[in-house]
Amino acid sequence: MIRAIRSASLAIDAAVIQRLLAVGLLAGLLAGLAVAALQNVTTTPLILAAEVYETAAEQAHAGVEAHQHEHAAEPVWEPAPGLQRTAATSVATSVTSVGYAFVLLALMLLSGETIEPKRAALWGACAFASTGLATSLGLAPELPGSAAGDLAARQFWWIGTAAATGAGLFAVLRVERPLVKALGVALIIAPHLIGAPQPPAPESTAPAELAARFAAASLAIHAITWILVGAAVGFVWRRLPTKTSTEAAA
Amino acid sequence: MTTKTLSADAIVSASRLEILRAALVVFTLGAGLVYLAGFSYASVAHNAAHDSRHSLGFPCH
Repeated sequence: MIRAIRSASLAIDAAVIQRLLAVGLLAGLLAGLAVAALQNVTTTPLILAAEVYETAAEQAHAGVEAHQHEHAAEPVWEPAPGLQRTAATSVATSVTSVGYAFVLLALMLLSGETIEPKRAALWGACAFASTGLATSLGLAPELPGSAAGDLAARQFWWIGTAAATGAGLFAVLRVERPLVKALGVALIIAPHLIGAPQPPAPESTAPAELAARFAAASLAIHAITWILVGAAVGFVWRRLPTKTSTEAAA
Repeated sequence: MTTKTLSADAIVSASRLEILRAALVVFTLGAGLVYLAGFSYASVAHNAAHDSRHSLGFPCH
């Protein structure tokens, strides 16, 4: 009897993982391709414009010496300008979106949430507040050519801030006990008291006007990414046929 | 009767546990994908994802 239950649960395990992977993959690709199309007409033109200033500044500063040094270093693949670069960006954005879809789906399941489009989009909005708004308060979206602090330190602060803000929002919005809510508020504030790693001087080779437009466009793209990922996860979860009764348990 | 109820409960709790386990697997996979696209130091990953990283607010350079 127990053996029968065990083998049944193993079969369910595979079916559950398969379903979660299918939902995340489909939802992430749907959102990712839409966002990639938007990036092509919003953030990417600003990045390309900023690179013109960056390259000009590099050449003016280092001259021939840096040029030679660049060629002496081992050549690393990078996408050719045009279609290849657009394709690379679209793939990277889709990979990010699929990753976000998996994370969102997993967190909703772990917290026993009902998965449907509206609710999942709201989770997406909270995720944007975590990885987009909270992180931008310390590390504003940057164009190529802007001064920045140590990369590893910035990545560490980014991940810590996103995780703390997400956990804090969950505590505030989903837990009833006042003490836990207070702890949630503390978690949301703490990363900003610690402070993000900053460059010695706020410099940029790109004009301020371009940088400001980019920061706004990047935040909008970030918000759209998460909300689309959420809505798509909810939509696909509802539409994708299920082979087991796991949906009821979730 | 008791046996029936017990085994039914076992299946229900097992499937809830299975879902949580599957959710953890999927979470790890998702975090890995975000790391690859947004954080990885590998030059090829960085160069391919460069514009996407800037656009989506990941720390870059």
